Amino acid sequence: MTDTQRPDRRQGSEVEPSSEFTVVAGEWQDLPDAVEDDLMVINMGPQHPSTHGVLRMKLTLDGETVVSNEPIVGYLHTGIEKNTEYRPWVQGVTFVTRMDYLAPLHNELAYCLAVEKILGITDEVPERAQALRVILTELNRVSSHLVWIATGGMELGSTTAMIFGFRERESILDILEYVSGLRMNHAFIRPGGLAQDVPDEFDARVRQVCSEMRDRIGEIEDLLTENPIWVERNKGVGVMDAETCLSYGVTGPPLRSAGIAQDLRKSQPYCGFEQYDFDVPITDTADAYGRYLIRIQEIYESLRIVEQALDRLPGGPVMVEDQKIAWPAQLALGPDGIGNANSYISRIMGQSMEALIHHFKLVTEGFTAPAGQVYQAIESPRGELGYHVTSNGTNKPYRVKVRDPSFVHIGALPAFSKGLGVADIIVAVASVDPVMGGVDR
Amino acid sequence: MDLQDFGITVAIVVGGFALWILATALFIWGERRMVAKMQTRIGPNRIGPLGILQTVADGAKLFFKEDILPKGVDKVTYFVAPIASATVAMLTFAVIPFGGSFTVGDREYTLQIWDPEIGLLWVLAMSSIGVYGIVLAGWSSGSKYPLLGGVRSTAQMISYELAMGLGLVSVFIWVGSLQASEIVAAQSGTFFGSIPAWNVFPQLFAFILFFGAAIAEAQRPPFDLPEAEGELVAGFITEYSGAKFAMFFLGEFMQVVTMSAVTVTLFFGGPSGPLFGLEGTLAGALLGTFYFAVKTFVFMFVFVWLRGTLPRLRYDRLMDLGWKVFLPLGLLWVMATAAVVLIQDTLEQAQVLTGAGIILAALVLILIVGAFIDRSRGEAEPAEDEGEEAEDEPLALPSSAETAREGASRHGGARQVRVPK
Repeated sequence: MTDTQRPDRRQGSEVEPSSEFTVVAGEWQDLPDAVEDDLMVINMGPQHPSTHGVLRMKLTLDGETVVSNEPIVGYLHTGIEKNTEYRPWVQGVTFVTRMDYLAPLHNELAYCLAVEKILGITDEVPERAQALRVILTELNRVSSHLVWIATGGMELGSTTAMIFGFRERESILDILEYVSGLRMNHAFIRPGGLAQDVPDEFDARVRQVCSEMRDRIGEIEDLLTENPIWVERNKGVGVMDAETCLSYGVTGPPLRSAGIAQDLRKSQPYCGFEQYDFDVPITDTADAYGRYLIRIQEIYESLRIVEQALDRLPGGPVMVEDQKIAWPAQLALGPDGIGNANSYISRIMGQSMEALIHHFKLVTEGFTAPAGQVYQAIESPRGELGYHVTSNGTNKPYRVKVRDPSFVHIGALPAFSKGLGVADIIVAVASVDPVMGGVDR
Repeated sequence: MDLQDFGITVAIVVGGFALWILATALFIWGERRMVAKMQTRIGPNRIGPLGILQTVADGAKLFFKEDILPKGVDKVTYFVAPIASATVAMLTFAVIPFGGSFTVGDREYTLQIWDPEIGLLWVLAMSSIGVYGIVLAGWSSGSKYPLLGGVRSTAQMISYELAMGLGLVSVFIWVGSLQASEIVAAQSGTFFGSIPAWNVFPQLFAFILFFGAAIAEAQRPPFDLPEAEGELVAGFITEYSGAKFAMFFLGEFMQVVTMSAVTVTLFFGGPSGPLFGLEGTLAGALLGTFYFAVKTFVFMFVFVWLRGTLPRLRYDRLMDLGWKVFLPLGLLWVMATAAVVLIQDTLEQAQVLTGAGIILAALVLILIVGAFIDRSRGEAEPAEDEGEEAEDEPLALPSSAETAREGASRHGGARQVRVPK
């Protein structure tokens, strides 16, 4: 690879993609004497306004220029991955939804698709459930990108972008709350379909949000896209060319900003994404500005997908027919909130002992999955979100290994930090949009 | 100096000080309310009508908070820094006339605390000392983020003080005096009978230069790098708490009020305005105060407006702007002003030459625009070259990237996003 191809012209930022980076956590007293060699070691995070939660970066600075950057993770470790091994298959949903908390529905979807794959019921999931999954995850993608715009803007001192982003996100969260009862961590997508059908007004409300959202994204674009300061701060910062992205396994908007139109919705379609007409926005800038433009365009594309899905939304059930897998419940609204319908309770309590046993077994023990392992990846807002699920034939997963894009992207941080200023580090980190909940699961 | 002189002077000093403190308190509240309005929020609205007493409550809270002294600090400088910062900000406004003049008996008084010969040089001197507060705070905290913030702010304030000084100097040359009262007096007439004879018209470029530098000097967005909270946590005030923090806070906001007031004094006629026959009376003087307040408010609003709109500049860009744009153009403008004034004095054709000044301002503006276009062109060219080279040798592209690109393009749907230049 020759030097002329590098889009980054900054001095000292040439990092060979093949270089190996050994990240070792250490003690402060073991660090090289900062005064002696004129370098300053500064600890950015885990408590810092701009590290997206609790990312810690050990920066070695020469003046304000970064000589090296060691990301250190683990401050938000929750043990979710391990915990799923102690719960029935269905309960795993409520865990994984809490990993990448800005894209809860994507976590649920990827987990459920993996479980469905291992059960071999991928084709039996009803059309309506698949279409609703598409609508909900695409709305979630929009809300996640809006949070990215908001926090990215905030870190550059643009408080108005912050408020705009969070304000628009609120309308999406309202929809999700309307559907599932929760703003985040919905546990709405279940193995085999959805927890329940959407309410009657769903179609109208989503359409209204879609049309409003277009105007409002336009407002954000007016504020930022051609703002000279915004452009100057983002252009040429955090450059990762295609080769670097591939060698670090970087996916999602950072990879697409390097000109590779890799999108799992196109290349490995799930939930019937092959039926929808949408584009994969790419740029050839490979920098933070390209990632910003791509995210804005992805919001428009997501809205397009949502509207197409609403147009073709079929009727019918939202859960597989198989009574050995589908959750044994008929939910209805009672005087004290949502719960099992009276007719259903009277049937299992008064008429059919077999139904009661079936209900009891399925709720307490859950279904068993055949032994084996599957890998299922979906395109989350941040990149390839993969679930490698292993079953040993019992009612609990043997192992759920998550390939979270944020974790992979943090691993690539040292590659594009060298030679940037402290101010640019913030932009570079923000541009890959790490969510620490997903990194430290 | 008899009792009457003494009493009136004390009244003016106390009144002026109270006015400034009040303006600062109102500005802090007003900024929060205005930014909230711009962002479809409500802002503080709990304490007092419309939340107007929020600043008082915040101030009281801060002064009663525990004063934390971190372990590694240099104690004396750590204490001195916030005091220096706040005191200097308070002293700056002493030379600014904030109202008209009135007569009591046979003596004339002006609503101004101090009117020295050196006049507005005082403003420059004070803002230079203000740097010490920040630098010392950054250094004495014994912590790394404050140090970075302190170093940044030194560099920033020194570079922008030059630009600010050049803006002031061209006004001094134009008016022929350093004294604030004379600068105001020189702007009291009208051009062509209808436009007020404010310095902003002949000295438009000096105004842009000065106001830009004033924003940087007051460390307000988009030039708030020393305390860039997204990068340096809180810059030089990271280790400060309680009353000492409040002093920095007060100093910063007072700077905004003062800089707006200086701008009004230099370029917008200070307290001058139609007096409706009230010349020489106390009511007339206070009417001047009203005009002054209104004009000052406009500029305070601009400060808030910028904060609501713009992201923060990067450090090196800020330096570029200060040294490569503001400074040379400022020097050019000072020379041009001097030349015009010299010709004016010789030919005594004031009105004609004022017009010439406006034309010159237009020319300089064209120059700036031209310079910006040149800069953007200069940046675009190498990028194009690189693109051509890459096209010449397509085989040099890494094979894995090529494979991935081809693989991805097989699935279709890729759309190149237009990247605005």
